[in-house]
Amino acid sequence: MAAVGLRARDLSYWRRRWTNRLMAGLTMLSALLVLAPLFFVLFFLMRTGLGAINLEFFTALPGPAGEAGGGMANAIAGTLILIALAGVLGIPLGVLGGVFLAEFPNTRLSQTTRFTADVMAGIPSIVMGLFAYILVVLPLRHFSALAGGVALGVMLVPTVVRTTEEIVRLVPQSVREASLALGIPQWKTTLRVIIPTAAAGIVTGIMVGLARIAGETAPLLFTAFGNRFWNWNLFKPIAALPLQIFAYAISPFEDWHRQAWAGALVLVTLVLVVNVAARYTAGRQVRLR
Amino acid sequence: MAVIEAGVLRLVARSGDRLFRLLLAATAAAVPLVMGAILAALLSVGRPAIQRFGLAFFSTSTWDPVAQQFGVLPFVYGTLVSSALALLIAVPLGLGVAIFLAELAPGWLRAPVGFLVELLAAIPSVVFGLWGIFVLVPWVRTALTPALKGTLGFLPLFQGPPLGIGMLAAGVILAIMVVPFIVAVSTEVMRAVPTSQREAALALGATGWETTRRAVLPYARSGIMGAIFLALARALGETMAVTMVIGNVPQIKASLLAPAYTIPAVIANEFTEATSDLYVAALIYAGIVLFFVTVVANVAARLLVARVGRGVGAVRE
Repeated sequence: MAAVGLRARDLSYWRRRWTNRLMAGLTMLSALLVLAPLFFVLFFLMRTGLGAINLEFFTALPGPAGEAGGGMANAIAGTLILIALAGVLGIPLGVLGGVFLAEFPNTRLSQTTRFTADVMAGIPSIVMGLFAYILVVLPLRHFSALAGGVALGVMLVPTVVRTTEEIVRLVPQSVREASLALGIPQWKTTLRVIIPTAAAGIVTGIMVGLARIAGETAPLLFTAFGNRFWNWNLFKPIAALPLQIFAYAISPFEDWHRQAWAGALVLVTLVLVVNVAARYTAGRQVRLR
Repeated sequence: MAVIEAGVLRLVARSGDRLFRLLLAATAAAVPLVMGAILAALLSVGRPAIQRFGLAFFSTSTWDPVAQQFGVLPFVYGTLVSSALALLIAVPLGLGVAIFLAELAPGWLRAPVGFLVELLAAIPSVVFGLWGIFVLVPWVRTALTPALKGTLGFLPLFQGPPLGIGMLAAGVILAIMVVPFIVAVSTEVMRAVPTSQREAALALGATGWETTRRAVLPYARSGIMGAIFLALARALGETMAVTMVIGNVPQIKASLLAPAYTIPAVIANEFTEATSDLYVAALIYAGIVLFFVTVVANVAARLLVARVGRGVGAVRE
């Protein structure tokens, strides 16, 4: 009797141990499956994109439809202009808002802003495009770089607000107390002590936010609109790298497909470099603390 | 003299504090204000369509700009089904990764795997779309569809010619794009589960998996629901990648192999060509729907995730 009971217990123990191993294996398998697309995307970007990248790609305007050659110089410049516009609109608002959340964390305004920022970050980018269209394109009566900048700027705010808040909160209380003990007013403490201490982290957060909006396409479709030529006028339609990738990807031309891959490679390289760099600096900050 | 000077200084400092706080508060208030402005702007321009079509907008299938008739039923269907398909794929996988990262993975593996999943979220939508057109769609056409037809071909879900583009491809690409959100949020809420819960289970002799299933997952359940809602909101609003692989045909077909159309895709494709005010208003009406649905999903997600932090729903001593 006792022996049978023991064997049954052995069996159940054996089964539980193997269930444990099986589930551990399954979760590891799911990690591999989830990461596989990342490597597939990067692999195909390299394979097709690298071959299409040359000097012309960075210096020339798009060629006539269906003909080989031409580049995305204006689109790259356009994306930089749009990012700059978005930054001018979104960074001051985001940073100051984030500082408020960190310095006065429990006021009703902070709670409201924190919650709305999180919800706003989840609004589809195409809806942000509609907003910028109504706000800028309708009154001015035509598509413009400015409208694109507004769309991207609005999208930038929630990210910057939340990362700034998190970073400013990391500044040790003792730093603030040291400054206040010297008789320095609170506002000066915030401006001259707290923000400079957190500056590296805030800049990192901003860079990640900018890298993310650099790849946005949907909000630019009916704001920046795209342009096949150079444009430095903020009140005129302007080209953007993601728009150009989209237009070329759905075109029927072989050479444009190659250029779309090249453009995507440039875009992804930018995004990855910024993210990896942010990871590195953030890691160093944590170590320093 | 010195006393007066100190008094003046203190006054300056105090009014400086007040001024500074006011400035910061004004910028912080800008966030909810912008949120309100988005809604107000959408409603003001979309109003003609709301008044004209009302709720029939969602139950009719005619999308005819020439006749000025607009109904979004096929787009709503395409949005819901592609998102549901995405969640069907992404939720089990994402939860698996989250369990791996929060509970079972060796310490040295957690940071790099977590970071790679984050990178997946950083890849722009249009790049996924490009990859979708030239890699995923051919794979769906030549490998996935024949395999599904061979095994489950009797189901109405897998009827029709293997086009590659269509609901299935859209669901797969959406799954790839939303899975990082499920992983990130679920991992976070699982890590928020107090260690004492795990220790109690381990002390009773539970294996690692039993600890996860019986102690961690029940505690984190509402947060995991939150993660799913967050992913749902992303999937519903995702535009470029879906537009590039779903085929953009406004139809309601039982088959997942058939092309379909979504709300964000129709806005992306037709907005610049919308010539009449009513046409523009109808597209913005569709955008308003998207706005409301994603806001509700996001609010629900945040509330559910916050519950884990407060320990609601947990068995506590």
